[in-house]
Amino acid sequence: MDKQKPTRTAKLYLTLFLATFQLSAFTFGGGYVIVPLMRKRFVEGLGWIDEQEMMDLIAIAQSSPGPIAVNASIIIGYRIAGVLGALCTILGTVLPPLIILSIVSMAYAAFRDNAVVSLVMECMQAGVAAVICDVVITMAQKICKQKKVLPVVIMILAFVAQAVFHVNVMLVLLACGVVGAVRYGREHHQEGGDA
Amino acid sequence: MIYLQLWWSFVQIGLFSIGGGYASLPLIEHQVVEVHGWLTASQLTDIITISQMTPGPIALNAATFVGTRVAGLSGAILATFGCVLPSCIIVLTLAWLYTKYHDLGILRGILEGLRPAVVALIASAGLTILVSALFVGGVLPRSLSDVDGVAVVIFAVSLFVLRKWKCDPIWVMVGAGVGGAAAVALVQQIVMPLVAG
Repeated sequence: MDKQKPTRTAKLYLTLFLATFQLSAFTFGGGYVIVPLMRKRFVEGLGWIDEQEMMDLIAIAQSSPGPIAVNASIIIGYRIAGVLGALCTILGTVLPPLIILSIVSMAYAAFRDNAVVSLVMECMQAGVAAVICDVVITMAQKICKQKKVLPVVIMILAFVAQAVFHVNVMLVLLACGVVGAVRYGREHHQEGGDA
Repeated sequence: MIYLQLWWSFVQIGLFSIGGGYASLPLIEHQVVEVHGWLTASQLTDIITISQMTPGPIALNAATFVGTRVAGLSGAILATFGCVLPSCIIVLTLAWLYTKYHDLGILRGILEGLRPAVVALIASAGLTILVSALFVGGVLPRSLSDVDGVAVVIFAVSLFVLRKWKCDPIWVMVGAGVGGAAAVALVQQIVMPLVAG
């Protein structure tokens, strides 16, 4: 089930650091933007984590306290290269905001009122929206391709709960986890009964 | 002493902001504005604005901003370190448990329920960003004039490039920002005067 993890060399740690550093430096808009980008980099680009595992890792990052981007980088780093890997990815994630905000907080007023800066930011938002759309299409296709009813129903209901009714994220995740556990329990029970 | 307070405040912010994004905002406000008075409410609003304009999670941005104000660069580093410490401990523990037990049946069942939910949550956040990027005022459009034409074009081109060539999203985003801004500037500075003249 697990993808072959790469050998732990200095080059691997450097790649982990640089990959998260780049993602963190260019990702505007917090957790839900960076997570799809990490997926794209580590699943499609580097191929170190498979799609299923990535969704598990995102779910864990999402249900833990703290910024999702930080949580996701820790767990991805750990799964690829252990604690030292996690250290590299967390440094890569934390450094860009630290550097950028140190500079920005010194020149905040000028930065805020700069017309060019705000125009570039605005146009970038449309690009960010496209990236997320792309990732959502790919992920949803994978869910639908399993040809099971329940995951598709969960996906649609969770989307409606979140997008339309703004149900608390933790409640949505909790409910879906319980549904998954109950379904497993039932299947297991039936198997036991047949045997 | 101030260093310890700074560090401990952000440990609490990191520990209790569950759900990500703006979930940490009330906690930051409580610690930074109400308890310690490091920032005024309007300075906090500035942080939110900065966070929308710069990369990085809002809690980390706030840590650097507040840390710098209170105790310079070392303050920024300490606050950032405090903010990620709870994540490190909790997520590493969960990651270890996952590595050990992810073949366990019941856990597989739970994770199978969570996977479609993760897609839905990302889709929902994507919808919010889509609406704020493509429509004037960031709400669903009431008429055609509420649609930001330039943004729609940038969005369509970016999505096409991504689906067609599967290129690195970072370059698509940078290209959208720089290319889009250049195109807008070109139209405003050169084409409009020509048409008017």
